[in-house]
Amino acid sequence: MKTTGKVTGIIANLVTVEVDGPVAQNEICFIDLDGTKLMAEVIKVNGNKASVQVFESTRGLQIGDPVEFQGYMLEVTLGPGLLSSNFDGLQNNLATMTGVFLKRGEYTKALDEKKLWDFTPIAKVGQQVVAADWLGEVKEGWLPHKIMVPFSFKGTYTVKSVAKAGQYKITDTIATLTNEEGEEVQVNMTQKWPVKVAVGGYVEKPRPFKVMETGVRTIDTLNPIAEGGTGFIPGPFGCGKTVLQHALAEQADADIIIMAACGERANEVVEIFTEFPELKDKHTGRSLMERTIIICNTSNMPVAAREASVYTAMTLGEYYRAMGMKVLLLADSTSRWAQALREMSNRLEELPGQDGFPMDLSAIISNFYARAGYVKLNNGQSGSITFIGTVSPAGGNLKEPVTESTKKAARCFYGLSQNRADKKRYPAVDPVDSYSKYLEYPEIIEYLDEKIEKGWVDKVTKTKYIIRKGKDAYEQINILGDDGVPMSYHEQYWKSELVDFVILQQDAFDDIDGCCPLERQKFMLDLILEICDRSFKFDNFEECMNYFKGLINICRQMNYTEYESEQFNKYLNQLKEELKHE
Amino acid sequence: MSEKAFQRIYTKLTAITKATVTLEAQGVANDELAYVAGRLAQVVKIKDNSVTLQVFGGTENIPTNAEVTFFGEPPTLNVSDELAGRFFNAYGEPIDGGPAVEGEKRQIGGPSVNPYKRRMPSELIPTGIAGIDLNNTLVSGQKIPFFADPDQPYNRVMSMVALRADVDKIILGGMGLTNDDYLFFKHEFESAGALHKIVSFVNTTDQPPVERLLIPDMALTAAEYFAVDKNEKVLVLLTDMTLYADALSIVSNRMDQIPSKDSMPGSLYSDLAKIYEKAVQLPSGGSITIIAVTTLNDGDITHAIPDNTGYITEGQLYLRADPDSGKVIVDPFRSLSRLKQHVQNKKTREDHSAVMNTSVRLYADAANAKTKLENGFDLSDYDLRCLDYAKEYATRLLAIDVNIPITEMLDTAWELFGKYFTKAETGLKESLIQKYWKEKVN
Repeated sequence: MKTTGKVTGIIANLVTVEVDGPVAQNEICFIDLDGTKLMAEVIKVNGNKASVQVFESTRGLQIGDPVEFQGYMLEVTLGPGLLSSNFDGLQNNLATMTGVFLKRGEYTKALDEKKLWDFTPIAKVGQQVVAADWLGEVKEGWLPHKIMVPFSFKGTYTVKSVAKAGQYKITDTIATLTNEEGEEVQVNMTQKWPVKVAVGGYVEKPRPFKVMETGVRTIDTLNPIAEGGTGFIPGPFGCGKTVLQHALAEQADADIIIMAACGERANEVVEIFTEFPELKDKHTGRSLMERTIIICNTSNMPVAAREASVYTAMTLGEYYRAMGMKVLLLADSTSRWAQALREMSNRLEELPGQDGFPMDLSAIISNFYARAGYVKLNNGQSGSITFIGTVSPAGGNLKEPVTESTKKAARCFYGLSQNRADKKRYPAVDPVDSYSKYLEYPEIIEYLDEKIEKGWVDKVTKTKYIIRKGKDAYEQINILGDDGVPMSYHEQYWKSELVDFVILQQDAFDDIDGCCPLERQKFMLDLILEICDRSFKFDNFEECMNYFKGLINICRQMNYTEYESEQFNKYLNQLKEELKHE
Repeated sequence: MSEKAFQRIYTKLTAITKATVTLEAQGVANDELAYVAGRLAQVVKIKDNSVTLQVFGGTENIPTNAEVTFFGEPPTLNVSDELAGRFFNAYGEPIDGGPAVEGEKRQIGGPSVNPYKRRMPSELIPTGIAGIDLNNTLVSGQKIPFFADPDQPYNRVMSMVALRADVDKIILGGMGLTNDDYLFFKHEFESAGALHKIVSFVNTTDQPPVERLLIPDMALTAAEYFAVDKNEKVLVLLTDMTLYADALSIVSNRMDQIPSKDSMPGSLYSDLAKIYEKAVQLPSGGSITIIAVTTLNDGDITHAIPDNTGYITEGQLYLRADPDSGKVIVDPFRSLSRLKQHVQNKKTREDHSAVMNTSVRLYADAANAKTKLENGFDLSDYDLRCLDYAKEYATRLLAIDVNIPITEMLDTAWELFGKYFTKAETGLKESLIQKYWKEKVN
């Protein structure tokens, strides 16, 4: 029998319920408001009083309203048909909702239960299987979607029968398994999983050893992110966080993109589902939307569901990773999620930590980041979740709890600088403060040696050195004046400007410059480093400035031109001419 | 807000603070309205039989035996075409001496639009101000605040923008307006002959601050009526959102909530987002655009109010006095319109974004030159040209008193490029230079 209860207290979306039976922490319940069912999650129990956070507006709720507990935690439905969907934080399909406004208590099915899928069996009768093993496959768009032994199955099972190739609905039985006690269980194409529990089903999680190409020079060249790695992008508003995230979503070398719009602007989500169907995936030539899932809990949607949205996104990512896919998960912004935690902790009257955030914020964040990673599956194949979260530090000050906690958890740091954004130097990733820990991994260095060229990381280090030296020189020039420093300072400064304008800066809105393949990145970096290796003799600093401005101009024209085209080579020759008379 | 027959009446308050009262009552719903000693109040907390109400008019002189009557419903507004041309207070009651508005009764602060049912904002709103149209183009369905110190003429600029914009309705939500500013808006709208398309909800400084909390929801409920029901293009003006946030902090403080940064409630982000996210482009053609004002304390944008606002809105417009040209300008460095790329080069000329970026970059070079000058260093020829350019750029394009079409703005910028710089110094794409470059005229 289900536990029931009645409402005894209401403050905003925190509701206290007096219960008549057992309740579990994080259990889901529905509050009945004149026939409208409001979904809520237990977040604290004290005696026979359960505190629940309601995922909807509590307007009109009264003392005594009945509550019914469900006996399960917040969970998502997994199965074919997730791709190209737009879900809210609780995995309601936004596209199938009626009406222009979101109606309270309207919950829609995540998957289409009527659609037929072309199923091909993989497992053989008599085969021993465990959770997450592949039983069969359907084509979801062009991607092979594996039908797996449900993640919740414990122990070893024997395949008694598998459905023949053919068309099935997600609710049709596609396999019968026998467990160790000899009992039969039937498996269909869908399963459920609680979002706050990490999906297992893999053998090991080795250190990431491959680089994920993104087409963004300041990331790929300077601070690459590993496939299965983690990174975060903190930055004040207006520094180009969103544009950078969209560029990653469009260009990154991943099979599946999951975007969690967590407490951010609705128009940004609209931009994704307006543009992505039109955009072509640079790797397969198919529509980008076909490999994208959007989890959308915008800032005006209920706060409690905001927290759920990042977990929902991660669980979907883990599901596709278990099929051997490369998943890129983007969450914008994890600060809003932390704020949702803060609002709730505040209403629960918990003792606050720094800035009013809950004490365990750091643990919650690192726990979440730890769910990403590169994994070896049971069948020897591999899958990965690369996770990049954005952080919106209050007042742009990086010494705040969310940024600090995330810094401990993520391996790449792409700090956006107000100063660069003010100067319209986009992407505004600060070249000096940002880092990628992966550049220190011997397996990554080896990978880059092979993938790009031997000694590539040394070149990267050298480039960073040029940028740092340029910054030092710039400061000296500012203190001592143009004439107060030796010519070499000007040269140093302008060399770093050359790197900045040609390598670091990139026009995300330009068709050609927006996405720069690794091969082209290598070509340009070699070209720039070659120039930086030269020593010049200038009579005065203005000559130096004008000379480098000329070079920068030609190189930028190259960035805007199709690689190795006639025009590109024309600029290249022009550059070589320039370099002759120094 | 008429009284009803089935009202429950209570006369025993158990607690009174400056903004709230608490009493024992039954059958009360969350968010419900009530009268406390004749003042409007709203339920904000229920614990067993103990109900806490936020009294909008303040609790001065409310006795413990005050009469409390519950309405049985949250705040509402009567919506119909009769709203047009009218002035209301925070409760939606007429303050222009006219009759009450007849129409459908709607709850304010209603649900949000399903993001999937939205459309991408893509229609340009020209204002004639180059600091906006050229550098930070506005798009219908956008939400954007002016960030300005209290001494900047933000209300003047806002009314200018509103009256020039091609929209069907303008809805003014005035929070903590001085009486002078209220009369200014009224006069501006009247003299422009635009009164018929304007609806105003006004809370002035002589009224209680907590009342302000109702203004944005009132204004946006009216906006949704015109945008959703009538498919109209609606522009909502909210001034001043800093005073709105101050009222939020007063209430949360009285409710013993733990304050977060700058004594603001921890829910400030969500509270502001609920308002700003009402900006929408609907598939039917109707739209709500929000232009707000957030006053700053000495230009400090790290304060919780502008900071949270910046993360919610689609850009921000900074107003500041430019000492070189002596004009009030829209600061090109800190200002940003996030939706501009949806109209630039698409609804405007192909060179728009390139011209914008270049002109701002050169202006930044001028700022560097100025720093050098202030530090007593010699200026190069390039520095000097930058400084001259900056002055003319500020006067002819950035100043808020400019009123020219966008094409003319672009031509002016090309003229300045040609006058002060070489082609290479601008770093513009060659294809654009060939088409638009203007040689210096001597």
